[in-house]
Parts: sequence; structure tokens; C-alpha cells
Amino acid sequence: MKRQVIRAGKPLTLELQEVWQYRELLYALIMRSFQLRYKQAILGVLWAILQPLSAVVIFSFFLGKFVKVPSDNLPYPLFAFSGMIVWSYFATALSQASQSLVGYRDLITKVYFPRLILPLANALVATIDFLLSFVALSGLILWYDFSLSWRIVFFPLFLLITLFTALSLGLWLASINYLYRDVQYALPFFIQLSLFLTPVVYPTSILPVHWQWVYALNPMVGVVEGFRWCLFGQGKIPTLFWVSLLIVFVVFVGGLFYFKRVERLLSDAI
Amino acid sequence: MSRPAIRAVGLSKAYRRTGWYYYDTLRDRLSHYFRRPWDLFRRHSSTPFWALREVSFEVNEGEILGIIGRNGAGKTTLLKLLSRLTEPTEGYAEIYGRISSLLEVGTGFHGELTGRENIYFNGILLGMKREEIKRKLDEIIEFAGIKDFIDTPMKKYSPGMQARLAFSIAAHLEPEILLVDEVLAVGDIEFQKKCIGKMEEVSKESGRTILFISHQMNQIKRLCHRTMWLEGGRIQAIGPTLEVVDAYEKALLGSLTRSISHSESQEKAESFYWYLLHSDKTPHTLCHLDATEIAFVLDVFEPIRSWHYEVNLFDSVGRLLWSGWINNLRGVLAPGRYEIVYKLPLLPISPGIYHWRAMLWGDYGCVGVWECRPEFVVEVPNYQHFVEARVGILNLPYQAKMNLIASPESTTSLPIQPQNK
Repeated sequence: MKRQVIRAGKPLTLELQEVWQYRELLYALIMRSFQLRYKQAILGVLWAILQPLSAVVIFSFFLGKFVKVPSDNLPYPLFAFSGMIVWSYFATALSQASQSLVGYRDLITKVYFPRLILPLANALVATIDFLLSFVALSGLILWYDFSLSWRIVFFPLFLLITLFTALSLGLWLASINYLYRDVQYALPFFIQLSLFLTPVVYPTSILPVHWQWVYALNPMVGVVEGFRWCLFGQGKIPTLFWVSLLIVFVVFVGGLFYFKRVERLLSDAI
Repeated sequence: MSRPAIRAVGLSKAYRRTGWYYYDTLRDRLSHYFRRPWDLFRRHSSTPFWALREVSFEVNEGEILGIIGRNGAGKTTLLKLLSRLTEPTEGYAEIYGRISSLLEVGTGFHGELTGRENIYFNGILLGMKREEIKRKLDEIIEFAGIKDFIDTPMKKYSPGMQARLAFSIAAHLEPEILLVDEVLAVGDIEFQKKCIGKMEEVSKESGRTILFISHQMNQIKRLCHRTMWLEGGRIQAIGPTLEVVDAYEKALLGSLTRSISHSESQEKAESFYWYLLHSDKTPHTLCHLDATEIAFVLDVFEPIRSWHYEVNLFDSVGRLLWSGWINNLRGVLAPGRYEIVYKLPLLPISPGIYHWRAMLWGDYGCVGVWECRPEFVVEVPNYQHFVEARVGILNLPYQAKMNLIASPESTTSLPIQPQNK
């Protein structure tokens, strides 16, 4: 028979195997948010595509047509849209993960389960949006008569990195947000800013060469470049990408521990 | 033969009245330090409040343990500790078996989702497996009696239907240990009985262990083998249900003589106790139809501005029968013990068990809502129908007579019938 002990002053452990035990709940949470989203908004599916698409239309006009921002030998709309959907994936996953603890407060105070499931589920829901807009991108690729290269097999890897990057920050922000609600005001600003710190609407090449190494420390730079490399064979993954991944890893593990620490206070802090 | 299901040793839980997580926003916290900069260097200067103190007990497999006590006695804290929602400050507990807790029913229900979708989510949340729910789905729907609405969004359900569905899911849980916080206090009485019956049945059949919090002594008496009485975070008594409940009810009566200089709970005021004035039998049983005076005791610990006090009378099904109020929106209620008396010319309600709810509002909103104890028993003779199902709310003596106003031979139409055309 299963025996468990509840004890004061338990050491801080991650208990990741518990997340695996509760995988049905993780799946149920994802299903639920998905059902809710596409029930409340009839245009739900379209929204996922429309948001990045409309942004790209605007950027294509202003930056692509008028300012004539270079786009690494790609048609500007294709260049911007491919960057935009990866960045949107990051932005949605990050903001959803940050909202998760506050959003599910009703559950947290009433039922026990490993709380780690909440940011994880919220970030994973963003994947669905991404896949939808990827369908739109495929349409655009066909329109411009581009052929996909074999490198597409690396594509899931970059998705996974995006998810991890979003979660690494999301874990910290979700915990802090539960204690201080300021985060939810600051986050949209940060996300807006991150759009311009990532080569979404302009290529890395327009930056001064001696500053590019700082820029490369943003893991999303490598992801966006890598994503374009997968699709079109264009774009260079900066060498410092691996350093930035190391940073993501450290932030992620730190986030896990911080999250676990805050988790203990959750049902007490109402 | 009987193995322990839960063994708790010295469980304690302390809360800080102003912890570092006390503030909602960083701004609030910064402004606090701005006003009181010395707090930056003091570490948790506030005294801890012990919600639970050195609680040790054992529950055997297949046993149903009732937990009673006044508001703020630590009942819910104990359940929260056992269900791992919060960690103990001291002590430990060993739990043998799969545990599931119901601190409320219908957690995670969403109005936009259909009944079916909500059953799946709520069930999984409470620890059921998807397969298990699939197997029991028909049974759950049947039990709740909402078959025709199962694919309708829940926002179209009545509160009663939602509660029934929620209870039904809960009743079909099959953990080895079930923790139930006063969730059966709402919903209609027939359905409550059905749920309790179901719980009892499963407990007998499969040896399920249940910890059951309730304010309703009749539920506790019916369901629980043993009962634990918590008072101020400590175990006051634990033992056979009848003995403990008896002692608890006596103590409630006796609490009137207790000093009111400090409140054990965290509230600004409380109003639990009530009695009938000039009653010839017991002060909680109404035996006549004459004028009645009902008194409520209100203990006020902190001044309350622009106060409004009211009492509601509910029947056992939860229907509101009567409300009375008294207020002074310009006045201040100073600390002290008050007696509020409502004088009624008669209270013609059917024999049965009722309960009072008292509420107090101040200028900061609701100060408290209290389910008064003990229950209000009405033992007036039944003046109504002899068939139980025909007994209504009002119980008034009446005379019935019958007059012949027209015979078949008479050609005149009945005077009371409206003339067509």
C-alpha cells in the first residue's frame, strides 16, 4: 500500500517524477484551456493566425516597403512572418506561463497536485496556436514558390528550445506574480521590447558587428535564426547560441527551485 | 486486524499575521517600508498564530472520523495539512493509501464547458483516471439526475443542478482515504442524504476511510464512528461520537459564561449563540404558537461603524423562511456582549429542525456570517395534513367546514362561478 509522510521542514526537492504521475491532469488542463478558448471566441482558430499575420502585414508595409529593411535575400513578408510566429510562440508561452498560478488560484487553494503542471500546461497550449500559424506560413511558402530543405528535421528542436526559454522565465515570473501582482503590468512591456531584441522584423546583419555578440546572448536570436535556417537555409545561428542555451538552462533550473520554494507558500498566501 | 490509515503525531501549523507575502503588490510592500523603515531590519516581528497545535491521533482503515468545533478551531487547517495543500510547521503525519480531499465540490467547474467536459476535468482533478471516469460516467450522470443537460454548457444550469453534479462526482470517488470539509452543507437535503448514504455504503463495502467535517450534528451522529472535537487548534476530545457531540453541545451552551476579553478566532465579532426567551422547555425548542422572543448573542471585539445585523431562518432544505434585522448606519458598535431580541407575535412553522444564520456588516463590508448553533427545533403539534408529504411550511391551526350552496335540482348556477360572456 502506498505510504506517504507529511513532515515539517522537508528539504527542497524538485519531485519531477510527481509531475509525470499527474500527466493526466496536465493533459486535462491543456484540453480545458483549448476547449475554453475555442468556445468563447468563434474566431478562435483564426485568431491564432490573424494576430501574427496582421502584424506582419503592417511591418511589411512600413519596414519592408517604405524603409526597405533588408531581409536576407528572402521576400520580406516571408522573412517577417517566419520570425514572427516563432517569436509569438515564445511571447504567448511566456505570458501564459506567468499567469498560470494566479489564473488557477481557485484550484491551488482547494486541491493538491504538483503546481509545476500549471505553467507547463499553459505554455504547451501555446504550441497549438503555433502549429495553426505554421499552417498559414506553409501557405505563404507555397505562394512564394519556395521549396523546403531537408533541414526541416531540426525544426522540432528549435520549438523545444523556444518552449524551454519561455518556461525558464515563466517559472520565475509565475512565482513572483503570485506574490506581487506587479508582474502582470510589467510583462507586456517586456514582451514588446523583446520583439525588437530579436531578429524578427530585421536581420541580425544590420547591427554593428562588434555588438552582435551581446545580441546573441538572447536565446531567441538563435532560435529565430535557426528556424529560418531550417526552413530556407538562410540565417546564421550565432556561435554564442550555445552560451545562451547554457544561460537558459541555468535560469530554468533556478526557476524550478524558486518555483518549488514559492509552491510551499501558495495556499497560505491568499 | 485494523490497520491505521492515518497516524498524526504532534501536527502544528502556525500562520503569521503579517508575513512577507502579506502584500498583494510590490508597491504596497515598498510603501510599507517607506512608512516604517525599521521593519526592513526586523524579521517577522509579528507573533505567530497557531491554527493547529500538537494534534496527534490515529484513524483506522475503514473508519469514519467526524471533526467538529467552532469556526477557527483548526478543522479546515487539519484537512489542508493532510491533503498536502500546506505544510505543517511542526510534527508529522503518515498516510497509508491513496488520498483524495474535498475542500469544496465542483472545483474547476467552468460555465462555458458542458456538463460532460466538466465531469472529466473535475474528476481528474480529484484524482480519478480518465478510464475510471469513462466507466462511471453514466452512473454519475444518473445519480445527479441531469441526463438531458449533459451536453449543455454549465452556465445554463441552475445552482441546484450544478451542486448535484458536483456532489455526484465526489460521491463516485474511490480513494482509500477521503477528506471531506463541510461540502454537504449546501444543496438540497434529499440529495445530501443520498450522498451520505452513498459514502456510507462505499465505506462499509470497500473499507474506505473518511474524515468528515460538519457543523450538522445529525450528519455527524449518523455517519461517524468516532469524533474529534477541536478547540483553539487543539484536540479537546476524541472518542465515540455520541459522547463527544454531547460534550461539545454542552460546551456551546456553557460558552456564554466564558470571558469575552479575547477572541480565539480571528474575527472582529462573532454571533453563534441564540436562545428563546421565556421558554418553558429547553431554550432551543419552540413548543407553542404564542408570541415568541428570540435572542441572539453578539460578541463584539473591535468597534464596528455603521453596523447592520441580521438573522435568517432556514429550514432543513435550506429555504429561507424569515429574516429580521436591526441597524444603526450612523452609530458605532462598541466592544462588548450584546443580546439582540426579536419579538414575533407568532412563528407558525411546521414541526422540524431549523437553523439560524446571523450576519453583521460594518463600514468595511461583511464582518461575519455565522451559522448559529444549536439547531432550532420546533415541536408544535402539527395542525396540518396527516400525510407527511402534504405538510407545508406554515403550521396554523385552522377550522374547516363545508356548506352546501347548490343542489343538483336547483336550476340556478353557482354564485361563485364567473359567468362567461
